[in-house]
Amino acid sequence: MAEQDNVAPQEQAAPKPPWEEKPVPPEPRDAREHEQVREVAAVLPDVVLEAVEFAGQVTLTVPCERIVDVCRACKDGLGYKFLVDLTAVDWQERPEGRFDVVYWMHRFTDSKRLRLKARVADGVEVRSVTGVWKVANWMEREAFDMFGIYFADHPNLERILTWEGFNGHPLRKDFPIEGVDTGAAIYPDVYPPGGGPVAGGEGES
Amino acid sequence: MSTLQATRPFPDSEEMEISFGPQHPATHGVLRVMVKLDGERIIDAKPIIGYLHRGTEKIFERETYNGTIPHTDRMDYTAAATNNQALVGAVEKMMGVTVPPRAAYIRMVLAELQRIASHIIWLGTHALDIGAQTPFFYTFQEREIILDLYEEYCGARLTLNCMRVGGQPFNLPEGWTDRCRAFVDQLPARIAEWERLLTNNRIWKLRTIGVGVISAANAVEWGLTGPPLRGSGVKWDIRKVFPYDRYDEVDFEIPIGANGDTYDRYLVRMEEMRQSVRIVQQCLAKLPDGPVMAKVPKVIKPPKGEIYFSVEGPKGELGFYVVSDGSTNPYRLRVRPACFINLQVLPELVRGHLVADMIAVIGTLDIVLGEIDR
Amino acid sequence: MGNPWIAFLLVPLVKIIVILLVVILMAAYLSYFERKILAYMQIRIGPNRVGPRGWLQPIADALKLFVKEDIVPSRAEKLVYMIAPALITAPALVVFSVIPFGADTTFFGLLKQPMPPYLTDINIGILFVLGVSSVGVYGVILGGWSSNNKFSLMGGMRSAAQLVSYEVPMGFSVVAVLLMAGSLSMVKIVEAQKQAGVWFVFPGIVAFFIYIVCGVAETNRNPFDLPEAESELVAGFHTEYSGMKWAFYFLAEYANMVLISSVATVLFLGGWLRPFPNAAALAFLDVIPPFIWFAAKVGFFLFCYIWFRGTFPRYRFDQLMALGWKVLLPVSLANLLVVGLGVLLMGGPK
Repeated sequence: MAEQDNVAPQEQAAPKPPWEEKPVPPEPRDAREHEQVREVAAVLPDVVLEAVEFAGQVTLTVPCERIVDVCRACKDGLGYKFLVDLTAVDWQERPEGRFDVVYWMHRFTDSKRLRLKARVADGVEVRSVTGVWKVANWMEREAFDMFGIYFADHPNLERILTWEGFNGHPLRKDFPIEGVDTGAAIYPDVYPPGGGPVAGGEGES
Repeated sequence: MSTLQATRPFPDSEEMEISFGPQHPATHGVLRVMVKLDGERIIDAKPIIGYLHRGTEKIFERETYNGTIPHTDRMDYTAAATNNQALVGAVEKMMGVTVPPRAAYIRMVLAELQRIASHIIWLGTHALDIGAQTPFFYTFQEREIILDLYEEYCGARLTLNCMRVGGQPFNLPEGWTDRCRAFVDQLPARIAEWERLLTNNRIWKLRTIGVGVISAANAVEWGLTGPPLRGSGVKWDIRKVFPYDRYDEVDFEIPIGANGDTYDRYLVRMEEMRQSVRIVQQCLAKLPDGPVMAKVPKVIKPPKGEIYFSVEGPKGELGFYVVSDGSTNPYRLRVRPACFINLQVLPELVRGHLVADMIAVIGTLDIVLGEIDR
Repeated sequence: MGNPWIAFLLVPLVKIIVILLVVILMAAYLSYFERKILAYMQIRIGPNRVGPRGWLQPIADALKLFVKEDIVPSRAEKLVYMIAPALITAPALVVFSVIPFGADTTFFGLLKQPMPPYLTDINIGILFVLGVSSVGVYGVILGGWSSNNKFSLMGGMRSAAQLVSYEVPMGFSVVAVLLMAGSLSMVKIVEAQKQAGVWFVFPGIVAFFIYIVCGVAETNRNPFDLPEAESELVAGFHTEYSGMKWAFYFLAEYANMVLISSVATVLFLGGWLRPFPNAAALAFLDVIPPFIWFAAKVGFFLFCYIWFRGTFPRYRFDQLMALGWKVLLPVSLANLLVVGLGVLLMGGPK
């Protein structure tokens, strides 16, 4: 599968090369019958909620509470040894759960990739996949930091890019793009909420 | 007179906790590592990052697609061209744009020069960290020429912003290819010169062989990409696996290491520079004529959907995950930062080693904090 | 010269002042040459702004350091913190009192009688050098400890271990020379080389290399600059020092380089002697005054120091220790045995 092939084959007899034509965007297709989806369905028949193929990339929506099972099955049974990326997307108004947690896996044997998606409501815990792939550790920490998604069983779920005590989760859609006043939250015991350093106070906690 | 404060966290142990960075000469920016030491031996290390966090992914969401390109320059600021390449590749794939062959070749030239420039910085600083001062100056002389070539092409030296959705913003200036060819033709001799200072140097070997060893299976488990993965013997390169631009039309090898230690990663990167030279030479020889910009709408408006597109950056797999809601701004633009994920393995690599080894390992992971913190 | 006041007070005083000035100026200009030579090795230009070709750069640096704010960390052990730089600088300068810079000279006919250009020749000269210069390690340890900075502490610890370990093989390599010379006096060692007709570097080639390696390690220079390894320990034991206190450390390091080079010259390269001092065919070389010979040899060693710095990466701490204890010490002991046997077979020292 020419998955990342953004280059069309060499121009054929057509009068106009593809770069002079109006670009044709790819269409999303239902991928329930796709080979990669069928593999997953064969192992865990009841997890495929939705399957979409877009531009050659297959996305599988699975129930949030089954995510660790699916990931383990994908890694151990189907050979997706490599977790390329783990992130989240915030769909603020979506009724069936605010966040998508996105897992993007790679299989070395035939160089195929598969995307898993779990819909999570705000405040609901997702089970951590750090037990499946070690690499998920920091990726989940980042998703927690940026979106406030809690990962259960994570060994060390701390903020990673912002500081401890940061107020809010920056990549949520309701986080103002110009930022928030966070001066007080850095050392709440030294600088009480509402402003910077106290006059005459000591700078060390 | 003040009394000396006890610096040990646990009065009865020999352990000492020491904070490396964020202002430290060898942490390549603002990395901070909390190291627990027993004498000189590292018991545990905990990287603390985020000192350079600028909320790039949040900024992406308010920019237009072409407007995000300059922000990618500032992520891995030693490899702006490959960052651009990954982003525009993602958007083009989403829109179904085919890049004109000349633009694709120019992109490959720029990206490979950038790979050489990035590896040059890595080599200079890595050698400096291990105590060899001179390679730093030798390497930077060559990097200067690359930056001059960039300056001539797009006006910028570091933050290039040199690619657009649909192709290249400019054609190559007159004589640029000749100067570029002259540069890459003499580069292998320079690389051999740098290698003469280091490759067979006894001290260099003592300091790098067997330091920071990671097995192939472990490297995959920890999600390493780029030279750290190849140094462990996994033959894996996005340029070969998912060829983008016109990488399927050029001939190059993927160097791999055998032992997964710092020395192998060093050799891999040195060989990668030579392979990049080969790619640039082939690209310049094959450079087709024609337009450099495809017919794309004035307003970039990808359809609703999501896509992940990655390139082989100098540091590893650099991917962009674009979620579009059909508007002119990306709904979500996630970066898969190679350095961020490669750095994660640091505690694993340094546990039980000496302090000096940690410096070597930080150098060999080739991290850039701009990309880690974004 | 009949007046004892002149002989015992004025002349030594003048000599002390001259030697001190020369050593300090040499240390300062060594830094200039280091920067310049390193720069040329690294395709740079080096200092070239202050004075013609940057010649006044060391003076400007010294002035800058004089007026720089002297920062003492608030939690430092203040007394020790202030004494430490003196503890390392004083021994480094004191040792120069026994270094024979040249043979007795009239200073181109300036004096009626020839006079030794060095301060004194004591019969345990080399012992004095080794003993006094090893006091300097206290300056490093105490400076590192009293700064109350973990990086400084680690630098100090490293330095202590390094200096102590490398002093042992260094001592043995010196003993090999003593066996050949049969004297502890620096002047006598040079004279023994004149009698032997050959510099001790040829019979004592192994001892010579051990001495050089240990000398580089003793002065904390590349590739043994672990106590101040910038990329690991920021600046090692002098991380917290600034202004004149830092300048003292700097001065001591360079004075020690000059010292190690001078001692190497005396022990192995025949001090002020020309090559093959008894070979008549080379008599035309006597045109060059002894002092110039001495300076040229010292300059060669100093250049090597800078050359090493431009070439080598840095050893790791355990490797440094392994080199000292597992390689240099056995080799120097074996060498001592061989040299001793040789001296015995040749009929003892002259």
